[in-house]
Amino acid sequence: MGTLNSKVPEGLLKDKWTTYKDKINLVNPANKRNIDIIIVGTGLAGGSAAATLAELGYNVKSFCFQDSPRRAHSIAAQGGINAAKNYQGDGDSTYRLFYDTVKGGDYRSRESNVHRLAEVSTNIIDQCVAQGVPFARDYGGLLDNRSFGGVLVSRTFYAKGQTGQQLLLGAYSAMNRQIGRGKIKMYSRHEMLDVVIVDGKARGIIARNLVTGEIERHSAHAVVLGTGGYGNTFYLSTYAMGSNVTAIWKAHKRGAFFANPCYTQIHPTCIPVSGDHQSKLTLMSESLRNDGRIWVPKNMDDVLAIREGKLKPIDISEENRDYYLERRYPAFGNLVPRDVASRAAKERCDAGYGVNKTGEAVYLDFAAAIARYGKEQAHVKGLDEDNKALVTALGKDIIKAKYGNLFQMYEKIVDQNPYETPMMIFPAVHYTMGGIWVDYNLMTTVPGLYAIGEANFSDHGANRLGASALMQGLADGYFVLPYTIGDYLADDIRTGPIATDTKEFDDAESLVKSNLDKLINNNGTHSVDYFHKKLGKIMWNKCGMSRNEKDLKDAISEIAELRAEFYKDVRVPGNANEYNEELAKAGRVADFLELGELFAKDALQREESAGGHFRDEYQTPEGEAMRRKEFQYVSAWEYKGQPKDAVLHKEELVYENIEVKERSYK
Amino acid sequence: MKLTLKIWRQKSANDKGKIVDYKLNDVSPDMSFLEMLDVLNQELIDKNEEPIAFDHDCREGICGMCSMYINGRAHGPDRSITVCQLHMRSFSDGDTIYIEPWRASAFPVIKDLIVDRSAFDRIQQAGGFISVNTSGNTQDANGTLISKHAADEAMDAATCIGCGACVATCKNSSAMLFVGAKVSQYALLPQGQIEAADRVQNMVAQMDLEGFGNCTNTGACEVECPKGISLDNIARMNRELMKAAVK
Ligand SMILES: Cc1cc2nc3c(=O)[nH]c(=O)nc-3n(C[C@H](O)[C@H](O)[C@H](O)COP(=O)(O)OP(=O)(O)OC[C@H]3O[C@@H](n4cnc5c(N)ncnc54)[C@H](O)[C@@H]3O)c2cc1C
Ligand code: SF4
Ligand code: FES
Repeated sequence: MGTLNSKVPEGLLKDKWTTYKDKINLVNPANKRNIDIIIVGTGLAGGSAAATLAELGYNVKSFCFQDSPRRAHSIAAQGGINAAKNYQGDGDSTYRLFYDTVKGGDYRSRESNVHRLAEVSTNIIDQCVAQGVPFARDYGGLLDNRSFGGVLVSRTFYAKGQTGQQLLLGAYSAMNRQIGRGKIKMYSRHEMLDVVIVDGKARGIIARNLVTGEIERHSAHAVVLGTGGYGNTFYLSTYAMGSNVTAIWKAHKRGAFFANPCYTQIHPTCIPVSGDHQSKLTLMSESLRNDGRIWVPKNMDDVLAIREGKLKPIDISEENRDYYLERRYPAFGNLVPRDVASRAAKERCDAGYGVNKTGEAVYLDFAAAIARYGKEQAHVKGLDEDNKALVTALGKDIIKAKYGNLFQMYEKIVDQNPYETPMMIFPAVHYTMGGIWVDYNLMTTVPGLYAIGEANFSDHGANRLGASALMQGLADGYFVLPYTIGDYLADDIRTGPIATDTKEFDDAESLVKSNLDKLINNNGTHSVDYFHKKLGKIMWNKCGMSRNEKDLKDAISEIAELRAEFYKDVRVPGNANEYNEELAKAGRVADFLELGELFAKDALQREESAGGHFRDEYQTPEGEAMRRKEFQYVSAWEYKGQPKDAVLHKEELVYENIEVKERSYK
Repeated sequence: MKLTLKIWRQKSANDKGKIVDYKLNDVSPDMSFLEMLDVLNQELIDKNEEPIAFDHDCREGICGMCSMYINGRAHGPDRSITVCQLHMRSFSDGDTIYIEPWRASAFPVIKDLIVDRSAFDRIQQAGGFISVNTSGNTQDANGTLISKHAADEAMDAATCIGCGACVATCKNSSAMLFVGAKVSQYALLPQGQIEAADRVQNMVAQMDLEGFGNCTNTGACEVECPKGISLDNIARMNRELMKAAVK
């Protein structure tokens, strides 16, 4: 495995995908019946891929660790999904979606992949509507849109605050149809613990049945990983509790390069931490920034009075509020991209203006929107626009219709009513742009091993725009992989079934078993969570919203020490041959402890600021991120036995269709 | 606050199972219910005992994984939320809390509070879909107008998270609310019409095969459903069944 070949087709950017599809090898329907594909993950990426490949005639085996494919973490996505439909006639186009995504990613993504994504985005909406996904509509019966951060058009489709749920249930229904037909065999409550490589090609996986503890061998002609992101390395995040890096980390150890591990998205609007017992953080959708204004008090006296409970936020007059995003970024205001909004919140809180007890919260205020909508409604209904109580009541109804479930969620958690007092929010880990390196075909550096959805690195560069992850997951699964994998499998029509009673499977299985035995027989003194929380602290404090050389070097050595301590001292109760969540968690944390070190190493190596990666040493005099031309490449790491020994390969990024500029939202 | 917990422990499907008592001395009202169980599990692990197994993942009320009976009520005392959204401020110092798994013959216990809900998946596989392949050539999404009213109503039905509280809480272990919600989502949309008759018949047949009971209109399911799925969906499903029968 030498240099990276991204296999981007020749030709004009706008023609690449079409020409590519015209020229690839196809597998005829009769032969597809003889080909098996393993898909790990049933989120938007894995679920849509499984359904489509099964429809095409391949034999699919799908895996997920939850009790049903419908529960993949994609279910939690709230705000929406982008598509360049230009239904609003506000100037949107394929090129504009492409441009926004590359710019939003701070010029660290691959042009050809992003353009393809923008091209197929419109098909996604058509497909989902045909499946019965109940997207929001206007009174004329047409699809409705909203705006998300970092763009100047309205291209986000949504289903209340449960867009991910509805899209995933759409993919799940398509899977169900194929499960019913026997074309997909579903393995729920199964965790993949290794990839099996035969003659240099991915030919299967080792999985653990989480109910019985049994270790199973599964073979196929190709293996697809749609296993999601690794934000839980930070312990606290907006991810589901089970989200993990294990599948892609095992793939990395088997030869798949890991790209840009340090690119992490820290989402600006999450509910702040309430105490040590905290197990996860809850996102308040970015769509709230359409109507909410973010502020902290201008005066330190007010901040202190609020913290002591002597003043309420609504007591602070307009002129004593600092709407810092509107102040710093007049063009985009509260709708700047996530990385910019998060750093701005951190800047205010670091300067001492945080508004909760720990000083780690800012306000997200809907009073102005309630008044605006209320007036509008009063006008429409011919009622008294000067009647304050009436206007407020009408305005609240509109806000409730738009964000009711989010407001309810907030009230349940914080025990405060956000219709009456501003929400308190703070940034939290939310998404990982980094992931397994893939070429244009979505194939990793291991032949026959693919990575799709959040598990790969390909489309979002150093920062992802809101509502683009759902788009990418479904694009990969419904519209891209079904073509690219056929091109590869065309060589396998005569291979026949892959045997599992071979040395490669024996070796992989015994490695998995010995890892599990080591964990279960360790009899240490501390629980898995004890180590996970410690890792999370190191990551958040030293590899979080801003990073510097000293902290990163410390992080590297501290994580390595923590890993050694983990293997000496972790305690996993119970047995390996039964339902044992602690054992599953232990395996996942063991992998986070390796990835965390590579993460810090990658951040240290990248001596620039770009998107979610902010290095204190590289900022403009105004405190904005400073990108450096020398770093216009993808860092793809090759595993060499220990995270610290990983070898860097670079994929230079070339921009021929977009001018690389300073990313300004002023 | 101080709490006494009485929790169902069952080693495996074949084990008989029993209620075991635990005490917690320092529970914060800001903790979620599952975080309270995390604290208990941490103490159990520190004492070298086996932690309590329970299903959970998103911890924000959307994945449908969490599932338990608290003091005899599915998802606990508060309405319109899942267990993972329940906070300890809903309890008082000194309370005794009973925690048990869903009880229904179609949902056998796997371990402690974890049950097997794969019967729900099989009902969906029998017909919970629209038969449309991925092609990239489906008609434009705005090609068919759908009234806002129908879209919103379909959305309300579609918000079911498949948790199974409706079954657990029903004295007949009926799955009508769950099945009715899916049937309704498609029945309300033009895309769902073509297969409407087959869909409802196949899903209901599978529901019966899985051993879920009949609906006797007690309405308990609607009360305990964390997503407020309405009984209207059951009525709509029955209408769809009648329509299908006369076809
Ligand atoms: C709270 C929240 C809100 C969001 N809102 C939006 C939004 O509005 N718009 C948007 O575009 N994006 C949003 N995102 C991001 C988006 O939801 C995710 O990036 C996307 O859903 C990931 O999909 P996926 O298919 O790649 O992976 P996932 O949905 O994470 O699925 C992973 C799958 O892999 C399986 N799996 C993982 N590891 C293993 C293993 N070892 N063995 C077996 N199976 C395994 C899991 O069981 C699961 O089925 C949001 C994210 C969060 C956290
Ligand atoms: S209808 Fe309600 S209670 Fe029943 S599975 Fe759906 S969400 Fe849960
Ligand atoms: S854990 Fe997902 S709904 Fe409760």
